[in-house]
This record gives sequence, C-alpha cells and structure tokens, in this order.
Amino acid sequence: MGRFFLVIVIGLAWNCCARAGVKIGAVTCLTGALSTFGVSSVQGAKLAAEEINSNGGVLGAPVELIVEDNGSKAGEAATIARKFISQDKVAAILGDLTSSATMEAAPLAQAAKIPILTPSATNVAITQIGDYVFRSCFIDPFTGKVMARFALDHLGAKRAILLTDIKQDYSVGVSDALRLYFTENGGQIIGSISYSSGDTDFRTQLTEVRSRHPDVIFLPAYYTEAALILRQARQLGINTPFVGGEGWDSPALVRVAGKSADGNYYTNHFSASDPSDRVKAFVEKYRAKYHSTPDALAALWYDGARLLFLAVKKAGSSDCAKIRDALASTRDFDGVTGIISIDQNRNASKPGVILTIQDGETKMVQRVMP
Amino acid sequence: MSRALLILFAALLVCLSVSIFGENFIASRYAYYYDILITIGINVILAASLNLVNGYTGQFSLGHAGFMAVGAYTSASWSNHLDPYIVGWLGGAGSPFATNVAFLISMLLAGILAGVAGFAVGVPSLRVKGDYLAIVTLGFGEIIRVTILNTDFVGASRGLSVAGSYTNLFWTYGSVLVCVYVVLGLVHSTYGRGFLTVRDDEVAAEAMGINTTKYKVMAFVVASFFAGIAGALYAHFKAFLTPEGFNFFRSVDVVVFVILGGMGSTIGVVLAAVMLTILPEVLRALSHTQFVPPAYQGLLENRLILYSLLLIILMLTRPQGLFGDPGAIRKRFTRSGGN
Amino acid sequence: MDRLLEIVQQLVNGVSLGSIYALIALGYTMVYGVLRFINFAHGDIYMLGAYSGFLLAPFFSHFFRFGEFDTFTPQNTLFILSGAGLIMVLSMAICAVIGVLIERIAYRPLRQRPRLNVLITAIGVSLFLQNITQYRLGADPKAFPQLIPVHVVEGLGNLTILTSQLAIIVATILLLFFLRLIVMRTKMGMAMRALSLNPTACSLMGVNNDVVISFTFALGSALAAAAGILVSMDSPSINPLMGNLPGIKAFVAAVLGGIGNIPGAALGGLIIGILETLVVAIGFPQWRDGIAFAVLIVILLFKPTGLLGKPEREKV
Repeated sequence: MGRFFLVIVIGLAWNCCARAGVKIGAVTCLTGALSTFGVSSVQGAKLAAEEINSNGGVLGAPVELIVEDNGSKAGEAATIARKFISQDKVAAILGDLTSSATMEAAPLAQAAKIPILTPSATNVAITQIGDYVFRSCFIDPFTGKVMARFALDHLGAKRAILLTDIKQDYSVGVSDALRLYFTENGGQIIGSISYSSGDTDFRTQLTEVRSRHPDVIFLPAYYTEAALILRQARQLGINTPFVGGEGWDSPALVRVAGKSADGNYYTNHFSASDPSDRVKAFVEKYRAKYHSTPDALAALWYDGARLLFLAVKKAGSSDCAKIRDALASTRDFDGVTGIISIDQNRNASKPGVILTIQDGETKMVQRVMP
Repeated sequence: MSRALLILFAALLVCLSVSIFGENFIASRYAYYYDILITIGINVILAASLNLVNGYTGQFSLGHAGFMAVGAYTSASWSNHLDPYIVGWLGGAGSPFATNVAFLISMLLAGILAGVAGFAVGVPSLRVKGDYLAIVTLGFGEIIRVTILNTDFVGASRGLSVAGSYTNLFWTYGSVLVCVYVVLGLVHSTYGRGFLTVRDDEVAAEAMGINTTKYKVMAFVVASFFAGIAGALYAHFKAFLTPEGFNFFRSVDVVVFVILGGMGSTIGVVLAAVMLTILPEVLRALSHTQFVPPAYQGLLENRLILYSLLLIILMLTRPQGLFGDPGAIRKRFTRSGGN
Repeated sequence: MDRLLEIVQQLVNGVSLGSIYALIALGYTMVYGVLRFINFAHGDIYMLGAYSGFLLAPFFSHFFRFGEFDTFTPQNTLFILSGAGLIMVLSMAICAVIGVLIERIAYRPLRQRPRLNVLITAIGVSLFLQNITQYRLGADPKAFPQLIPVHVVEGLGNLTILTSQLAIIVATILLLFFLRLIVMRTKMGMAMRALSLNPTACSLMGVNNDVVISFTFALGSALAAAAGILVSMDSPSINPLMGNLPGIKAFVAAVLGGIGNIPGAALGGLIIGILETLVVAIGFPQWRDGIAFAVLIVILLFKPTGLLGKPEREKV
C-alpha cells in the first residue's frame, strides 16, 4: 500500500515538474462580431508557439499558450485578465485585440505586475497605463503621419478631404494625427466629412467630396465601409486617389469594391507579398498549417508572441519583473512586420509599408521608417 | 421597525463584515472568482429591477442597458472629475471613509440620473402597449447609446477610463440587498397591487379608477434607478466603459434572466441571474477540457445562440420560467373581433 | 438650377432607400393584420434573402456570366435581367419557406397564449437566425456577387442615378402591383383581408385560418427577401447583422403608415427613406439612424394609428 502511494506521489511530482513550462495567456475575440479578426490573431500566435516548442521551447520546456475568448463583449477582457492572474498564474499576457478590451485588461495586469503586450491595439492611452503595459504595433499618430507624408511626397497632394468614421476610435485617432501632420507640412485639409460604421450609403457625403475637387482623399476606415465608399465614389465619377490605413487590410476589400479599389493606397503593418526571406518563410509556414494567406493581424500576433518568448528567454526565468525589463529593452527584433524596437513609451518603433491595389492585387509601394 | 427592515440591516452588517475582513484576501488570491461574484451581484440587481417592469407591471422593456449606461457614465464622469476634491475634503486618498463616501455619492447620483432617464422614457411609453412598447424602449436604449457615442466629454467612441475601483463586495451585495428589499417591499404593498393590476388587465384597471400611468411610470423609475446603481458598480469595477458595452444585446441578456427566472418572481430572477452568470464561465472551463468535441465548442461558446434557443424553448414549453407562477400569467389583450 | 438638381438627386436616393423599407414594412404590416403580432424576426428574413442570393449565385454564375458585363446594352439587358430575376425569385421562394417554417414551429403553438410570449419567442428567433448565420458563415462581411452591371444611367444629364437604384425602384413598383393584385383579386387575398377583420367569423365561413396565415408569412418573407437581394445589388456587402437596423426602420415605417394597412406600409417606407436621406444631406449623418426612432416616438405620441390607419377599439 505504501509503495502504491509513493508511486502516486512521485508520479504527481514528476507531472508537476514536467509541466513547469512558461505559461502565457492570450486573450482575443474568437466569437462574436470580431471573430474573423480574432481567429487570425490566435492563428498567428499559435504558429509562433508551435514553432518555438518544436525547437525546444523556452527555458528548456514547452511554452503553454492559454487562449481565452472575450466574445467581442465588453467586460469579458477584465474577467479573463483576472483569471490569467489568479487562476492560471501566467508569466505574461498577450492581448487584447482591440483597444477597448486592452484598456480593460491592462490596468489589472499593471496592478498585478504582470507584463501585458498588445500586438494590435492602437489607442495611445493604452501604454500610458503603466510600465508593465507594452505594445508591438505602431500607434494611430504614426499611421496618420505616414499617410500624410505619403500623400505629400509621393502623390504631391496639397488639398485633401478627410473622411472620418466618428463611431470608431481608430478612425478618429488617425484623423486627428493626419490633420495635424498634413497641415503642419504644407498641406491643406479642405473638408472634414464624417460617417458612421454600419452605414451602407455614402453618396450624400461623396457628392460633397466631388464638388470640392481635392487632390487626395484620406480614408482611415475599416474595410467594410472603405470598400463601399470606394465603390460608390467611382460610381459617382470621383477619380481622386484614396489613401487609407491598416483598417483596409482584408481580401474582402477588393472583393466588394472590385475595380474601384484599383489605384488607391493604404498603410499597413505587413505585406504578404514582401520579398524578404523572413516574410516568405512565415507566409509558407502559415499557409501550410492554415491553408490561407496570413493577414496583418496574424503577422502582428506572430511577432508579438515571439517577442514575449524572447523576453522570457532573455529574462532567464518566469519572473515577471525580469520579463518586463527584458521586453522594455528589446532592440532590433527581426519580425515579419519589420525590425521592432520598444521605445521609452513602451510602444514599438518599427517601419510600416505602403500598399497599392492594382488589378485586384495588393502590391508594396514602399517601406516607411519611423 | 418592521421585521423586514431588521433583516435588511442584519444582512447589510454581514456584508460589511465580510467585506472588511475578507475582501482583500479574496480579491487578491481569488481574483477570478471575485470577478464572477461581483458580476453576479451586478446582474442580480439588473434582473431584479427589470423584473419590476417586465414581470410585475407587465410592461415589456427592451432598453434596460440604456439606463445602466446612464448610471455607469454618470458615476464615471463624477468620479473622474470631482472625486479628487471630495476625497481630499473628506480625509485624503488613504482614508477608506473618504473614498467610500465619495463612491456612495457617485452611486446615488448615478441612480438618480438613471431614474430621471427612466421617467423620461416612462412618460411617453404610457401611450403604447405590448409590442410597440418593446420597440419604443429598444429605441430609447439605442438613442441613449448613440448620444453617448456622439458626446466627446464622456469619451465618445474612444471609451471612458474610470478612476478609482471602488466597487467591492459590500457595495455590490449591499446594493443587491437594498434592491431586492425595495422591489419586494413595493410588490407586497398597495403599490404592488397597482403593478399587478396593470399587468393583468390594464383596461379594467383604468375602468376602476386606478391611475395606471402612475404605476407604470413608478415601475420604470424605480427599475432604472437600480439599473443606474448597477451601472455605477460596473464602471468602478471594469474600469473602462464603451458605448458598445451597453447595446441591445446587453438588454437582451437581462431580459433572458427575467424570462428564465419567471416574470413576477424575484427569487426566480435572482437565481436565473446567478445561473446565467456562472454558465459562461463553466463553458469557458469546459472548452479547455476534452469533454466537448471541438465541433460543438464554438456553438457552446456562442452565448447568444444558446440564449436565443433558450428563449424559444422556454416560451414553447415553460413560459413561466423556472419559478414563475403559471396562473399569474394572464391574457392582457383581447383580439379585436373577439375570440 | 443646381439646387433643384441636388434636391431631385436626394429625392431619388430617398425613394430608392424608401423602397427597400417599404418592401420590408409590408411583411410586418401583413403579419400584424392577420395575427395582431409584430414579427421581430422579420428583419432577419431580409438578411437571409441576401445570403440566399449570395449562396445561390455561384451555381448560376457560369451560365448567366455574373460580373462579366460592364454596362447594359439593348442586346444584353434581357439576359442580365433574367439572370438577376431568377436569383431573386429563388431567394424569395427560399425565404417564403423559411418564413412559413418559423411560423409553424415557433409562433403557431403560442397562438392562444398571451402576446408577450410570442414576442419573446420572436426575439429568440431573430437572435438565433443572426447568430447561427454568424457562426456558420462567419461574422465578417461577404461580397455579394454582381448580378447586374452597376453604372450611372445614361441620358439623364447631370442627374446621377445608378442602374441599381433604378432596379430597386422599378422592382418595388412591380412587386407592389403584384401584391395588390393578390390581395384584391384573389380568393386568398380576400381571405387575408377577412382574417384581419375578424378571425372567428372567418373560420366560421369555412376559411382555413392556418393556411391563410402561412400564406401571409410566405408573402411577407418573399417581399423581405426581394428587398435583401435588391439592396445587395446596390451595396454588395452583406453581413449577418444587416437586418437589424433596416428591420427596425421598416417597423417604424409600418407604424407610420398605419400598422395593418398595406398602402400605409409602402407610404411609410417612402417617407422614412426620404427623411433619412434628408437628415444626412443637411449635414447630420450621425443621426441618420436616430431619425427613425424620433419618428416612432412622435407618431406614437400624436397619432398612434398611423397616417392611414383606423383607430381600433380595444374590446374587453
């Protein structure tokens, strides 16, 4: 009898020791209205985890990625953060997908002194919450600057119309930055017109755009509305080029807008057609596992996960304070979304790309340095 | 003092003691369960208050989230802008007395403003019945949400960060107790007779000289007051508000609590709220095990599919919900032309 | 002159939008007429109509060469229209069946119960349809295939009307005409009218109420499906939640026109469509959705029976 118990105890102890791998909590929107984005993001993160585990894991043991779904609902991210902190006792949190969910989870992570890294939330206020909050994508002001810079230099535009989605924080944030940078550098915003996400008819606004004859039209929108706006603009005879942001990034844009998408530009984190070796390898691996081309979100979360793994390796243990310091000192990380360095505000300093659409295909026009 | 009031005070005292002695322990060691506990409390308040309108007074309101939003944003704005002064005046940020009194003021303000909104919704709503009322209340809920979305002062689409996480077990469950006490107290008083008469047969009630307007509006105001309190508790717990968090689907969540619990049964809706708050977390835990085949996991995690099926099946098989009284559900309309 | 042109332009936009609301509103009003109940799930039939078209089109895409034509020419017009028409008719048929099924499974058993119960069931059905579509087909917007070439109609000078808008308006007129034919000139139509006046007398006269009710649901659902297809030809982005707002606005339109009144629903739809377009045109796009609710509140406060409705005495 005694020997039996001994075996059990040893077995359990062995189990516990064997399962001593680092735990990272990943939270995103797997169901609900944002599910397609969430699925992309988690696929990228899981690919990174698989990759590193097949190479021996982190600190000698496989890393455990605990994925939770916030259902695209308000309030859930906070619950999940608490679960990660007290239940799963993770070493770091990867998430959330959207700015509003991250704003819920980040204060909790900060208070518990667990590093949290968001690979895709762009609201400036997030990293201002505290020194345990990090971001590995660029922020709205950067997007605005890039868009304005491109219009001024590449398109030689001087007079612009700004179309803003007043319901979306992202659109408003980028618009503010755009306005500032464009006017400060010699451009003129001749009109600021608004619409709401969910609208399907933009003809009234576009008729006004048409009457102003701008050189360029800024459209920091999500692809749902962007596609319809591009379509309706061309139908109304507006041939001015549009310049948009990462929200455009989706195959659905070209599918819905058709030929109207051609000849426009948008900034993005990542281009699947990037000829660099690193990106090609990533795209191949992603395609092999998921049978689809990775989008920017998958690429961002892939990089974000790898950043965390690297930080844990650098820290040498799953001690949260050491991981935090390692993250903060990340320099020149070779990611598929560019060479990433974490700056003093814990945001990512990294390049972006400008893409254009020709004959229904996105092509890279140029890389933009911060 | 009546016996009920004594029980209330005793219960509040118990809450207070648990909070003073156990709060920090639970909140830090068992943060996840703590979150669930507080969420249960908030949902119970929402359910019990909506039950007053939907269950006891028979007015089908689909806009409860709007009142919660009014309360949440009011208390958040108040805390963000005025707390530094109030707390400083009362004893400084270190003093629990100061922060708690500040929070109490914030909560009450939230409730009052939400009550005012309830009045504004209740008055036009008295003109319409049944299905129309449902749509009108839905409309008001959406109008409130869209107004918040277009108001820069409260963050608009950016959302609003809430300074000060004052919500704790005492405030939450204390509010639960007060809410249940008030609702039950009203229902068992002459007001309660009024509510029930309006529910059972509005025309007969009017014919007998009962001011149905008064009762309908009273139900709305009391319910929205507590929805506002729930909103304040939510705001100071989740620390971040967005207009999207108070949309129609949030109202539907609360409606499902009331329907499942049984309209007209406070204990029923309380239990339903508890069950349906724990259920998603159970499902979450299940999704990490091998119990459920992956093909069905997505279905289970999709709360709204389950809720919608639940509503349909309940109405078809057991419309009185789990604890409702089948006899108390009577016809409220006769078809014109007789039947 | 420019001003006048602008006004006419916006009117056309408003009428095109209003036609969609009218088609959906008709379903609400007809069902209310025979059952005194608001089918909360009706807006989602509109969504299912769009998705039916989306799922069906690939099967016929090769034969009808969807998306290959750039403009309408006298030679290809008939061919294109018959292709689009076929998809529309098929979608209408599918949604008619779905409508009848919903009525049979979820509403009929509750006919003797309090109306509140069936309202709750309708909410359940609506949520179920939205979420099951989201689950099976994805929550992201899908690109609706191009059934007809969309371009500015020739020969109208400076007036920019798209072929899709013209299609919506013409199709709605035709559908309204057929509806009137059915309601006024057929036995089934007469039964529908009789049922809305007095169900008991109706069954005493030998009418099978259940069949008439099913027919009403089928008709209403078919019209909603047509609306879904028409709007998708104009705005080719469909998503599972697309029925929510148009459904509510169409309901308001039905109430505005007088719930239970068929011409009223069409009128109400047009008015709401034009009002919405005006609100955006004068510079308040963020209130475009709110205007419908505002109309609802005003109408219910001042004339609850609607513009064309008759006051109904509630008998006890």
